Amino acid sequence: MDFGFGINRSSTIDLTKTDNGLFRRVCSEEPGARTCMACGSCSATCMASDLSGMSIRKVLLAMQRGQDIRHMLSKCMLCGKCTMVCPRGINTRRLVLTICRLYD
Amino acid sequence: MKENVVIIGGGIAGMEAAGQLLSLGYNPIIVEQQDHLGGHVAQWHRLFPDMIPAQELVQKLGESIAEANVFLETRVNFVNRLSDGWNVMLSNGINIVCRAILVASGFTLFDASRKEEYGYGVYDHVITNADLEAWLNGSADRRVPFRPESMGFVHCVGSRDMKAGNTQCSKVCCTTAIKQAIEMKERFPDSNVYCFYMDLRLFGKKYEDFYINAQKQWGVQFIRGRVSEVSETMEGRLQVKAEDTLSGRPVKVQLDLLVLMSGMVCNEHSSRMAGMMGLDIDSDGFIRSRDNEYHIVESNRPGVFYAGTCTGTKTVPETVCEARSAALAIHNYLKGR
Repeated sequence: MDFGFGINRSSTIDLTKTDNGLFRRVCSEEPGARTCMACGSCSATCMASDLSGMSIRKVLLAMQRGQDIRHMLSKCMLCGKCTMVCPRGINTRRLVLTICRLYD
Repeated sequence: MKENVVIIGGGIAGMEAAGQLLSLGYNPIIVEQQDHLGGHVAQWHRLFPDMIPAQELVQKLGESIAEANVFLETRVNFVNRLSDGWNVMLSNGINIVCRAILVASGFTLFDASRKEEYGYGVYDHVITNADLEAWLNGSADRRVPFRPESMGFVHCVGSRDMKAGNTQCSKVCCTTAIKQAIEMKERFPDSNVYCFYMDLRLFGKKYEDFYINAQKQWGVQFIRGRVSEVSETMEGRLQVKAEDTLSGRPVKVQLDLLVLMSGMVCNEHSSRMAGMMGLDIDSDGFIRSRDNEYHIVESNRPGVFYAGTCTGTKTVPETVCEARSAALAIHNYLKGR
């Protein structure tokens, strides 16, 4: 029956039910990934971010919140500029490759 | 005969200043309303960033003032201005005439129950930073579960809070939360530990390293967003709501223990004393130094000096340095320099 309205899904992230297994697997190989402080340097310098919204910062956050990151890395061109600017010294370029390898 | 200097408050500021005044040849008299010296630090477990036992510092300071006069469980009843000094009347009936007074009356911990949304005193497993330190020090606390799976730390409780009347940052709580998160991870390595913060203000030596260590080695999870609401589930766990402002989405999580990082607020006894001695109060409610740039330990009244958190929020090293500085300022004042 059509009531003329729908119900939106809750946007709340429930951390109790969140599966951040991918993030933990990634961190076991790249412990530096945990030290991200969301400064945004990586996204600001990203060649792909301007047109595609690519952001390694957002990928790291989404993984911690158990969200699907399937399409988030496809625009990365592996140029490595984000690695150059990261103040925490995270090897973000290698991180992208590690995430892609561990993603199942 | 050695000259008297009355020190109001026997916390670490009063103790350090007393030690310095003794070695400068004075007779410091500490007036402390509690039954022990060391103030808040005496109740603390370990001090950041090197994690030395707080007790070690208090003990060291205690040894340095073995020859000082100490009145415990004593209050200042009244202070009179004399032509060349002050007359201090204590609650134990003793009168002291002196030319210099050091106010080291410290701070009061913000009463976390005033932030009703966090449920301190209402829910079974909500405690404060001070409660956790006491537990870490070995006192029993039934609010701390035997084996917590998940824990949360709420930064800025009563600090940076206009509604609570405290716009100031308490400076130490960010680092204390990280320290306590690590200490809990040491005890419960399999637990999830979350820190809910607005900003992380890690200004001091090695504080940022502390943060990186908490992230990298201990996997403490930092969520940028102030906790908005705490409730209890049917099973007696805590349901905590916040916004994950980095994701731009609401976040909720069930916890077994919630630690509120209560901030430093001005001590009401300080205001009482300020009234008796005619001392200025600053716009933030703390006692006002002669200025906030250069003459921090000096007051607007002759012979009255300050040390420690009576004039604003401070760390342990800042407090101790100020106490030394105040001792020297008193020495110069009494020598007529």
